[in-house]
Order: sequence, then structure tokens, then C-alpha cells
Amino acid sequence: MIKFSEIKKSLWVSLWFMFLTFPVMVIRVNTIENVIEWRWENMIFIGVGSFLFSFVWRYLLKQKEYGLKRAEEGGDIRPSLAQRILRDRKIFAPALTVVGIFALLFPYVFSLYQTNIMISALIFVMLGLGLNIVVGLAGLLDLGYVAFYAVGAYAYALLNYHFGLSFWILLPVGGALGMLFGILLGFPVLRLRGDYLAIVTLGFGEIIRLILENWNEFSFGPSGISNIPRPSFFGMSLSVHDSTIFIYYIMIALCIFTIFVVNRLQDSRIGRAWIALREDEVACQAMGIDKAKTKLTAFALGATWAGMGGVMFAAKTTFVNPASFTIWESIIILCIVVLGGMGSVVGVIIGALILILLPEYLRAFSEYRMLMFGILLVVMMVFRPGGIVSDVRRIYKFEGSGGAGKDA
Amino acid sequence: MPSLEHPVILDVRGLGMNFGGLRALDNVDIDVREKEIVALIGPNGAGKTTFFNCITGLYEPTDGEVIISPPGRKSEKINGLKPNIVTAKGLSRTFQNIRLFQNMTVLENVMIGRHCRTSSGIVGAILKGPATRSEEKAIVRDSYAILEKIGLDESVNEFAKNLPYGEQRRLEIARALATEPFLLLLDEPAAGMNPQETLELDDLIRRIRDEESISILLIEHDMKLVMSLSDRIFVVDYGRKIAQGAPGEIKNNPAVIKAYLGEDVDA
Repeated sequence: MIKFSEIKKSLWVSLWFMFLTFPVMVIRVNTIENVIEWRWENMIFIGVGSFLFSFVWRYLLKQKEYGLKRAEEGGDIRPSLAQRILRDRKIFAPALTVVGIFALLFPYVFSLYQTNIMISALIFVMLGLGLNIVVGLAGLLDLGYVAFYAVGAYAYALLNYHFGLSFWILLPVGGALGMLFGILLGFPVLRLRGDYLAIVTLGFGEIIRLILENWNEFSFGPSGISNIPRPSFFGMSLSVHDSTIFIYYIMIALCIFTIFVVNRLQDSRIGRAWIALREDEVACQAMGIDKAKTKLTAFALGATWAGMGGVMFAAKTTFVNPASFTIWESIIILCIVVLGGMGSVVGVIIGALILILLPEYLRAFSEYRMLMFGILLVVMMVFRPGGIVSDVRRIYKFEGSGGAGKDA
Repeated sequence: MPSLEHPVILDVRGLGMNFGGLRALDNVDIDVREKEIVALIGPNGAGKTTFFNCITGLYEPTDGEVIISPPGRKSEKINGLKPNIVTAKGLSRTFQNIRLFQNMTVLENVMIGRHCRTSSGIVGAILKGPATRSEEKAIVRDSYAILEKIGLDESVNEFAKNLPYGEQRRLEIARALATEPFLLLLDEPAAGMNPQETLELDDLIRRIRDEESISILLIEHDMKLVMSLSDRIFVVDYGRKIAQGAPGEIKNNPAVIKAYLGEDVDA
């Protein structure tokens, strides 16, 4: 039942907004004919829009408060839809099959353009999962993650250019170099945490980009490196169309590999140590966990995926230059992790697909892209601060004293 | 009651700690023998927790020596070692302000304690071979056994943050026990507990000493608990040791009464 007072509140909101936007949205001075145009229809749109919006906003807030109250009273907390799908095998297995078949048939059903977009989305899935290790599990805020992505991409471009090494050799090399740089960055920041860590990693990301931009002899400067070969298929070079499809399948395989490894790591002794490090650094150390080693492994393993993602990026676009590795990329990847749900693999995948695919399909509204992006993030953080799929980490269960049983 | 024939397992000699110009600890000598419960008491700000931090490696003491002689092993100096290495050597502690891993379950908290006694690495975690699997099973089994002993087995799958206060304190002890210490350092284990819980804690600490043969060094303000539990008591004030001895002696020691009540008492 809608109360009168709520209608009144929304009415005030819409009046306020109409007043606020009046000078910008309604009045326009036509400088050619020197007349003032009054666009009253805009005012109506804003009025109706903000009226409805404030209504929905308050409804959602109330729902959220209701949920919190129930949780506090110790009532049964309904698991979210995503959690139910993940927990229940009966829903999870068919859902996974459908997604799998869709992913396999994708390049044959959709156009080359769509496949290309999907490849970038998959690269970001991989980057998101990698950063999830560092930010979501180990709780180390890394704002320079794109640096490792750049290391991977330039590793492929430069080593191929100078030594003619092939994609298949350089894919693991890119990963290894990413790992090496992860450790290099890890050492100086071992003592830092929170904001300080974020600032230093931010600086590191910029340093890598500036080196690539300015050291012409090494990286060919801002003009970048072009004509990077696409991956070969058992020694055969493919047409552009075929090789795009081929890259798509490589990316699918790499993503499955990433998901597998990240899942295994999360449920292991090391994964638990990362989470303990996130929860309380001092207690973690006092319980016998080597803080330095744990942090370094988190940085190294996170950076490995970025390195491989970089190689894939270079192979896909056949061209790299420093403009692809700005701070903005780091922030997108971080948003993927936060929006998807820190520490949650499925959440990060969904987050990456939303944040990369939506802007592509919303090209028609490209002027408002950033606006929509901002609104989406604000709304998400207000209503679901835990992300789309909040942490559904495995819970260790022990049934009886007979055997150690584990359950999802 | 362990007699004085028992070997010394922790020997702290002339421990000093400076924070800039502030001398927080000055020439403190303390020793703990095998199977002994020793209490460290003193007014607020006397340097008790600093003493713990120096021993467990959170601080590096400015001067003095911390020597451990674990039963059946050689004695060695441990000052300046990192906290995780000190823990691996068999000194485990709890914290004055509870420092559990809030968003992990009770069982997982204890499983973290098993970390330094297990060894599977990154490759093992990814491949999950038979060795890793059986180690994981052993971790769950051992952790559960510890929780049963402490009496927290009812709430293994609760998040640590959802436990009542007294149980959180006990979970900290369980987590510390999981590291297989020979000496357990408890920093105000009874703080915030009601009399009933304190009584249970008294019993628990005795059981740990008797059944696990673990020595205990505790900081505590609850004098009833300290007097009933400890074999020996050390008193510190302004970073200096002002008295030591059996509970009966400490109770009537004029220096101790002066430190606590702040007035001169004629001996």
C-alpha cells in the first residue's frame, strides 16, 4: 500500500530536481538568432523521472533495511539467488551446461565483431580473477595491476620482434615475467598496507607506463609496436577470421584454467593464509604464517594472470602501445572485482562481463557511458556493498568424529 | 604442583625495551619451568603486554636475552626472530583485545593455527595430489579434535564474529593450541568474562597444563583467578620487576601492595 506521505516526499524530490536543472535543461540561448528557447518538455521528463526514481530508491532502501533487521533478529537469512544457484547442484549443473554450450557455439552464432568483443571480455575475466587473488583474498589494494598486463603484452611484442619467438613459447614466458614483476613490486611494499599500499602500487603502474612511453630505444615509445603475429595453429597461420575464432577458444581454455587454479588455491592452505592475512595481519603472523612470503605469493600469483592476459591482448590486437595501459584500465579491473564481489570467482566473472560488454552494447548512448558507469557503481555500493555475488567461499564442515567430510 | 626440579623452559634475562626515550621495560628477569603456570601481574601500563610482544617477536627487545629450552630440544636464543618463527619454535599466544579472524568460521580459525605444522605449497594446492588431500584431511581432523577439547565443537561452522565474548576468548586459546606450543602465553584471558566463565577458564587452563603438558605464562587482572591458578607470580611496575614468588608471598608483599594501592605501607 502506497502511503500519501511517500507520494508527498517524492513530489518534493521531483520539484526540487526540476528547480535545480531548470537553468541547464530548460533555458537555451540560441546565439545565431539571439533568442531564448524554452524547452519545457525537458522539465516534464525530469519531473516524472525523478518522481519515479525517488519512489524506487526508497522502496529498495526499505527492502534492504528489512533484510538487515531479519538478519539481526537471527531469523533465517534467505541466501541470495546467486548463492542458491551455486549451492544447489540440481540448478548449478544444468546452468553450467547451458553456459558452456553457449560459450562453445558463440563464434559460430554471432559475428566476428561480437566474437572480438567477447575476447576482450574474457581477457578481463582473467585479469579480474588474477586481481581477485590480491585484493579479494589477500586484501592488498593494488591500483597498479595494469603494469603486469603491460609487462605481458610488451613481453610478447618485444621478444617476438627481436627474437621471432612464437606465441606458444611466449604465453608462459609472459606469465612468468608477470610473476617476476609481481615479486619485484612485492618486496618494497611488504611493510605497507591499506592506503599507503594503494598509493605505492599506483605509482608503480604509472612508472611502467612512463617507461614504455619514453624509452624509445626499448619500447618504440608512444607509437608502439605493430604487426604482432596472431597465434599459429600447429605451425599453420590462419586467416583473420579463423584466427579470431581460434583466439576466442584459447581465451575460453585459459579462463577455465584460471578458474580451476584460483578455486584450488582458494581452498588450500595458502588460500586460508591469504584470507587470514586480510582479516588480521598481526594475529596471522602470531599464528605462524610468514607474512612476507604470503604477501609475495599473492602478488606473484595475481600478476601471473595479468602477464598472460597481456600476451593474449597483444596477440588479439596485433598492436601494443602505452595508451592501452593507463591507470583507467587498473580501475576498471578493480571495479570488476569490487562490483562482482570480492573473493568470489563467479561474481568476478559476472562483473567482468557486465563492465566490459555493457559499454560495447551501449555504444548508441556513448555520451552517457561514464555517467551510467558511475550510477551503476553508486547504486551497487548502496544496495549490495558485498558485490553481485558476495563471497561464497567453501565452508569446511566436519560431520561426526569418524571422518573429515567437506561440503560445498 | 611442579617442583623446582623441573627444567627451565623459558629464561628471560635482563630484558629491556625502549620506545624512543621511553623505557618500557627495564632489566626484567623471568623464568618459566616445565609444567608450570606462571602469572605476570602489575598495574595498567606496567609493561606486561610489551613483555609478551618482546618475547613473541612482535617487538625486538633493545637489550637482554630470551632463551627457550623446549623439552627434548636444545636451548636457543630467540630475540629478534620474526613472530611466525617464534610460533614455529613452540611459543604461542593470545591477545588482550581479541584478534580472531572475524570472517572465518571457528574451524577455519583453528585450521590457520595448523599452518606452521603443515607444508603443502602452491603446486600441491593446484594439483591436489594424495599428499595434499591427506594433509588437508588431517588439518580438519586435528582442528576439530582441539575444538572438542576446548568445548567449542558445537559451533564449528559459526563465523568467529558471531560467537559470544567468552567463547571468542576460548577460541583464541584453541587457535593458539593448534600451533602445538610447549609454552602458551595468555594475555588477560579472563577479561570481560562473568564469574561462571572465569571458573570454567580456570579449569580449562589447568587441563591444558595437566593433559597436554604445556606450560602457561599469563597476564591477568583477576586476582582470584591468578591466586588460585599460579604456581609462581611475577609482579612488574613501571617496566621493572618488583617482586616474585608463590601466591601467598605476593599477597603480603609490601612493594606489591604499594604498586597497586599507591600508598606507603610499613612492612
